[in-house]
Amino acid sequence: MTGEMDREIAVVAFGQSDTLRGTAEHSEVEMLMPVLHDVLERTGLKTADIGFTCSGSSDYLAGRAFSFTLALDGVGAWPPISESHVEMDGAWALYEAWTKLLTGDADTALVYSYGKSSPGSVRDVLTRQLDPYYLAPLWPDSVALAALQAQALIDAGDTDEPALAGIAARSRADGAGNPHAQLRGPVPHGDYLVRPLRTGDCPPIGDGAAAVVLAAGERARELCERPAWIRGIDHRIEAHALGVRDLTDSPSTRLAAEKAGAFARPVDTAELHAPFTSQEVVLRKALRLGDDVRVNPSGGALAANPIMAAGLIRIGEAATAVHRGESDRVLAHATSGPCLQQNLVAVLEGDPR
Amino acid sequence: MSKEPVAVVGIGQTKHVAARRDVSIAGLVREAARRALDDAELTWADVDAVVIGKAPDFFEGVMMPELYLADALGAVGKPMLRVHTAGSVGGSTALVAAGLVAARVHGTVLTLAFEKQSESNAMWGLSLPIPFQQPLLAGAGGFFAPHVRAYMRRSGAPDTVGSLVAYKDRRNALKNPYAHLHEHDITLEKVQASPMLWDPIRYSETCPSSDGACAMVLTDRAGAARSPRPPAWMLGGAMRSEPTLFAGKDAVSPQAGKDCAADVYRQAGIGDPRRDIDAVEMYVPFSWYEPMWLENLGFAAEGEGWKLTESGVTELDGDLPVNMSGGVLSTNPIGASGMIRFAEAALQVRGQAGEHQLERARKVLGHAYGGGSQFFSMWLVGARPPES
Repeated sequence: MTGEMDREIAVVAFGQSDTLRGTAEHSEVEMLMPVLHDVLERTGLKTADIGFTCSGSSDYLAGRAFSFTLALDGVGAWPPISESHVEMDGAWALYEAWTKLLTGDADTALVYSYGKSSPGSVRDVLTRQLDPYYLAPLWPDSVALAALQAQALIDAGDTDEPALAGIAARSRADGAGNPHAQLRGPVPHGDYLVRPLRTGDCPPIGDGAAAVVLAAGERARELCERPAWIRGIDHRIEAHALGVRDLTDSPSTRLAAEKAGAFARPVDTAELHAPFTSQEVVLRKALRLGDDVRVNPSGGALAANPIMAAGLIRIGEAATAVHRGESDRVLAHATSGPCLQQNLVAVLEGDPR
Repeated sequence: MSKEPVAVVGIGQTKHVAARRDVSIAGLVREAARRALDDAELTWADVDAVVIGKAPDFFEGVMMPELYLADALGAVGKPMLRVHTAGSVGGSTALVAAGLVAARVHGTVLTLAFEKQSESNAMWGLSLPIPFQQPLLAGAGGFFAPHVRAYMRRSGAPDTVGSLVAYKDRRNALKNPYAHLHEHDITLEKVQASPMLWDPIRYSETCPSSDGACAMVLTDRAGAARSPRPPAWMLGGAMRSEPTLFAGKDAVSPQAGKDCAADVYRQAGIGDPRRDIDAVEMYVPFSWYEPMWLENLGFAAEGEGWKLTESGVTELDGDLPVNMSGGVLSTNPIGASGMIRFAEAALQVRGQAGEHQLERARKVLGHAYGGGSQFFSMWLVGARPPES
């Protein structure tokens, strides 16, 4: 929502780890630390200069309660800092930090998130976020649920298997240009994992971390040559039960985009958090993206999908395109929950050239 | 841009008990939310966004349960945020929700925190083994008992002070229909004779394990003007964090707690908390934390907090009542415990606290902490809107 705000807030720095299939030799903190140092160095800020810190992560991925407290040690929260944590993708941590900057309580914010999917079976782990009484006892895994959605799209005539394969190929080809991506370059489209989804339609399983620095007004211009101004950001959730949703559509994405002002003017680039090829089809439709919009030049979640960080990475990649002068108006999207249940949309712009 | 003032216009709690086997998790949270909306005389449609908080997901065995709770909380089509800041989460959740109103992102926000501890086992939920990392000692009491002993040694407090706190809080709980423990036959002797769990913390000086939820409706000036009952106004709110363990950490009186309180007092124009604040709902999971937090929050000089407790200042009819509701010692749905402190502070300034209502409650502090005494969230609420 953009209505009342008169404080401009921008992404001024973004950093991410390489996303890797396994990181057994590193703890979450060790994975995160270089990324935090990276964004602080880019802005010349120290931990003590940051007005507000907010992170996103999941105890269930980490396999222990209060897992985020270890990451806080990595931040170096001494002297004590103003800090908060969401049990959500880092994109929502960024949203909380954005509201904090809007109030004027802080001029800068450090946002980070991380996730290691490699220690467990992530398909099984994600079944634990389903309705614990009626759905979770059946253990329907994340690929199976995405396959239901893909089949619904094919049945509705919105896509077909060759089109999905095309999305997969384009994403991995673009991933070749992304040094942090896990899948860089062509991968076989493979056998069916859960029909109609083949291995190539599914995201790689990987571990990774990301961090963003936000700054308000003039502070942003001091810290970044071309800040990526957040013109609007909003998020919406849908019903949990798949049976009451139209899986071929994403009304929550569309509403969030409306509230974020995404439809006011076309964007040149969109970073979509679509872990499965079929979900890009849903999001393109909901966001009314034309063929002239560059979608996921980073390779997107099909090239690297560190759970809990992949959404924040979309915002970071979109902002980086603005920082580099490659884009003037970009859309970033993050998702959470089965079959795109919850969605966040941000619109970022660079100063006119 | 000045911040939009934030008002509490609706408060709802469940009757906290050891096990709510009659409701699902969704049923539990909806009960509290419904009561908060009823108190505000609002409907689900009046809510612009939902901010929910709870402690670790392992306590119920549901990963990110807010996804499944979206329907029960009327959040479909709305923004929904899930906060998790360890034991302080109930307070942090309210502050994140308040931030949405203060930033004028939303007009009316429903905020809720819960724990349904009977779904799982909190002690084992806290004790999942991780290679090469120090395990939490058996339950939270094992972690905090050495800090209490350090406080006793530093302050020279007589070893009866803890039992006085427990005796007071359990009696206060008798006046609070939502409190979990209603020990009608409680005596000081019974507290002092209860089994020693983690020396010096006895069984009756320890919080229970509860199922419960607490919800609040927060709104802007326009929303407060429509409120059927007197609102509570947020005069200041802050969060502070520090690392779990590091050389030089003061586990007895952490710097993050002092800084957090100082920030709240600065926002609210509080010069002398002991004089300017009428009462406190503070997070006391083990009895000795009352005198410890009295010092950390600036209500007493270092080493002097226990004297306020011992002389009856913190009793319901004392000069600085603490935990009028019976506190965490009587009710502990972990994720909700912080929000209950915030909500009980608001109930007092609204004059809605019922049998445990104070005569003089113009400014009341709500306090929560979590992790290894490292996460703090606080707010000060008043009967009158902030001056600005």
